Amino acid sequence: MAHTYTPGLRVTDRAVLRKRRLLPLQGTVRVAVGDAVKAESVVASTDLPGKVHTVNVVNALGIAANEIKTFMLKREGDPVAVDEALAENKPLLKWFKTAVKSPVAGKIENISEVTGQVLLREPPRALELRAYVDGTIVEVMAREGVVVETEASFVQGIFGIGGEQVGEIARACERPDEDLTPEKLKPEHRDKIVFGGAYVPSATLTRAREIGVRGIVVGGFDDSDLRAILGYDLGVAITGTENVGFTLILTEGFGRIAMAKRTFDLLGSKVGCRASLSGATQIRAGVLRPEIVIPLGAGETNAARPPAGEREGLKPGDPIRLIRAPYFGRLAKVRSLPPELTSIATESPVRVLEAEFSDGASAVVPRANVEIIES
Amino acid sequence: MAEKPLDVIIATDCGSTTTKAILIERKGDVYRQTFRGESPTTVEAPFEDVTRGVLNSIQEVEELSGRRILDGERIITPNDGGKTGVDIYVSTSSAGGGLQMMVAGAVKAMTGESAQRCALGGGAIVMDVLASNDGRHGHEKIERIRQLRPDMILLSGGTDGGTVTHVVELAEYVSAADPKPRLGIGYKLPIIYAGNVGARSEIQRILGEKAALTVTDNIRPTLERENLMPARHKIHDLFLEHVMAQAPGYKKLMSWTGAPILPTPAAVGSIMETIAKRQGITVLGADIGGATTDVFSVFQGIFNRTVSANLGMSYSISNVLAEAGLANIMRWVPFDVDEGDLRNRIKNKMIRPTTVPQTLDELQIEQAICREALRLALDQHKLLAVGLKGIQQERGIADAFDQTATGQTLIRMEDLDLIVGSGGILSHAPRRMQSMVMMVDAYQPLGVTRLAVDSIFMMPHLGVLATVNEKAAMDVFERDCMVYLGDCVAAAGTGRSGESCMTYEVTASDGSRHEGSLPFGALKMLPLAEGLTAKGVFKPAKGFDCGAGRGKPMEADLRGGAAGLLLDGRGRPLVLPDSKAERVAALQKWASAVGLYPA
Repeated sequence: MAHTYTPGLRVTDRAVLRKRRLLPLQGTVRVAVGDAVKAESVVASTDLPGKVHTVNVVNALGIAANEIKTFMLKREGDPVAVDEALAENKPLLKWFKTAVKSPVAGKIENISEVTGQVLLREPPRALELRAYVDGTIVEVMAREGVVVETEASFVQGIFGIGGEQVGEIARACERPDEDLTPEKLKPEHRDKIVFGGAYVPSATLTRAREIGVRGIVVGGFDDSDLRAILGYDLGVAITGTENVGFTLILTEGFGRIAMAKRTFDLLGSKVGCRASLSGATQIRAGVLRPEIVIPLGAGETNAARPPAGEREGLKPGDPIRLIRAPYFGRLAKVRSLPPELTSIATESPVRVLEAEFSDGASAVVPRANVEIIES
Repeated sequence: MAEKPLDVIIATDCGSTTTKAILIERKGDVYRQTFRGESPTTVEAPFEDVTRGVLNSIQEVEELSGRRILDGERIITPNDGGKTGVDIYVSTSSAGGGLQMMVAGAVKAMTGESAQRCALGGGAIVMDVLASNDGRHGHEKIERIRQLRPDMILLSGGTDGGTVTHVVELAEYVSAADPKPRLGIGYKLPIIYAGNVGARSEIQRILGEKAALTVTDNIRPTLERENLMPARHKIHDLFLEHVMAQAPGYKKLMSWTGAPILPTPAAVGSIMETIAKRQGITVLGADIGGATTDVFSVFQGIFNRTVSANLGMSYSISNVLAEAGLANIMRWVPFDVDEGDLRNRIKNKMIRPTTVPQTLDELQIEQAICREALRLALDQHKLLAVGLKGIQQERGIADAFDQTATGQTLIRMEDLDLIVGSGGILSHAPRRMQSMVMMVDAYQPLGVTRLAVDSIFMMPHLGVLATVNEKAAMDVFERDCMVYLGDCVAAAGTGRSGESCMTYEVTASDGSRHEGSLPFGALKMLPLAEGLTAKGVFKPAKGFDCGAGRGKPMEADLRGGAAGLLLDGRGRPLVLPDSKAERVAALQKWASAVGLYPA
């Protein structure tokens, strides 16, 4: 029987990571295999087609659509400037002349003799794709993008908002169960990626924006604050494009939940290091979790481990995090994995495991409600 | 066409998260579903080959059944009469986000709606409906087309012989956007043109070079007639040729199947339509998944499907909260809960969608959310499952005081015969009565309505199987797929709490008899086990209606089920008390009356 799918978040001090960087449309790749790149380096670029504007010439001139070309001063493909005349009528008296002007600079894309519309396209907009992490180019997909490889410490969060950022890691809490209160953010945290403990209240987020903090990594926060910061109720977990002034990553979930000690200690050991982070989260079809990538410095990289192999599933002794009430957020290890279906308090027959907490107490929980703490 | 002689069938549904395989075998004269297996779907990285998940799920069937089906990566056909091979392999798919379409029509409420119905019925998720009168400027429409990157566009507009301007304008917008397909960089986007025949040459000129254009019959040849099937067939053809062929592993999968792969919702819709036609009944079906809720209906012989793309019980659970509002969810929770705590719990389910309720209060919260997701999805369905708008109606003198507009919804709960629920929260509720009450609360059926759930979500498999062997599909549907919960008898009207709203006399086929009076505001369950039938006589009190008219007695043939016979005296519309304490008390009273939860 296929083993239980037990997703886990990776928290590791050394890993070889590969990041695919792809253009939205085909363009030009600006680096070659073997090139060393910084997070800010441009690796590829393309021209995004300009916006299209519609001008209904026949309505403006009071003519029939099939006559439009006789009144046009420009042809398809011609460049136009703002306020330049596109078409004009031919009255007997010059005073009654009416001209239709271009609302934008660009070129004429289409003149329709059926609808009487003229489509104008603005000039293309250049898009530059950056490497996002310090590393080496290991693959080039012609005209489409590259793969950047880096040896790094790596922390996956459970949920985030905001896009990609690069900055230095800074500590704001001394313990993983501490709240990240506003006074813990200092002016020197400007442009930094600040990590805290169990919870961040909305007042701290406001202060983070004022100071210019680039990223906040914390155990949990409240959904009501998420709604306040976004201005709407987030319905579906597809994030990464929010523009709230910084990137926020939760490592545990919603509510007040101490950051896993291992995550807290790893980030603590990297204070002052340069890191890349992304809040992009997508939980449907191709799970994407927010992440903090802290490339290893020179001299640290040689002993990097190979990428983790495929997991075998849960086994006794595995460290786990319980991810559903009534034990939400607690850490434990697997004591046993009874094979038979067990009826839980809801009366549902499910596959369970026995979890053992650090104080020696234990609980029977559905296997679906735990995740492996992966390294 | 003569049906193929099939004795052993293997069928899979490649869902967005799980691939489910079922084995169907002929036992004497009837077909039965005998074994099932499942495995994670493997469309995404690191596997990026759908067939891996298919093979894993079939392997599980092999292990359980002892039948050898695979020879390496090949499905062994035909069955050798013993324990090796199958006669056919069929499959459906919604992996990789299913079929995502954009539709366009000249007038939003007319061809726009027809195009939407056509695409939805074809099994697609409709990402947007463009129309000349949708209130957006041309450049906004172009930007929208470019952003969405659909798998396919259905362009319609104009009746045959009517104006061509609007549909040509839409084609110009599509051309200016030059949209790229979601899958398969470098390929042309499939566009189906199903509008005014008089505009075909213009459409060909505008889009012929830029897109993979297919022209078919107008979906609205006249205002009074909708003709959706030719365009729907084209959707299925293009789904296979363009969309599926670009998805990882599908070319191989398509070479294995003995019938074309159908989009999952199209297969479910097809089986529902078949049931309604064969039994001559009206049907309402809901499949509530993690991300989406599909609603299917057959009323007046017309099949409709809608998909509420962001109403679901895991990935989209937060969106149910956003759309329904906290108060509407809280009204179904039978205990006091802090608002902030509830919000956080819902978000935690969204970010860890595979978790299951472990305590009774968590189960009750999820079931409360399910009621609202079902209600909202039905509201959306009612808006699209309508008669044609803008058509001429003949009116007689009798209509002088009752002139209804065109485009009324087809979904009339008083006409509804059967509700079929599907999806984990309904199919796997710990008690069958919970599934029944969730659907009754959400849909508020009137009169006598039968309820059922799909036992292990095999409607997609049966839908595609019906295309090659309808008998096999129907045998399995009746015997293994449907779990009848029982009938619900609801009195419409309102009255004083505690006063009788109806009397009942129920005589079952095993000779047992129940009679009594149902007070207004009460819920009552009468035992009527699966396999039993009963005669029921229901006499509504003055002002109440059990389905035969106000105050008129109603006789009905009843069928037993896994839950029993539910008598609903809470009135229609069902109004919950405003005060929190009274509401919680009412919910607890109803739950206790029908044994909804453990004591």
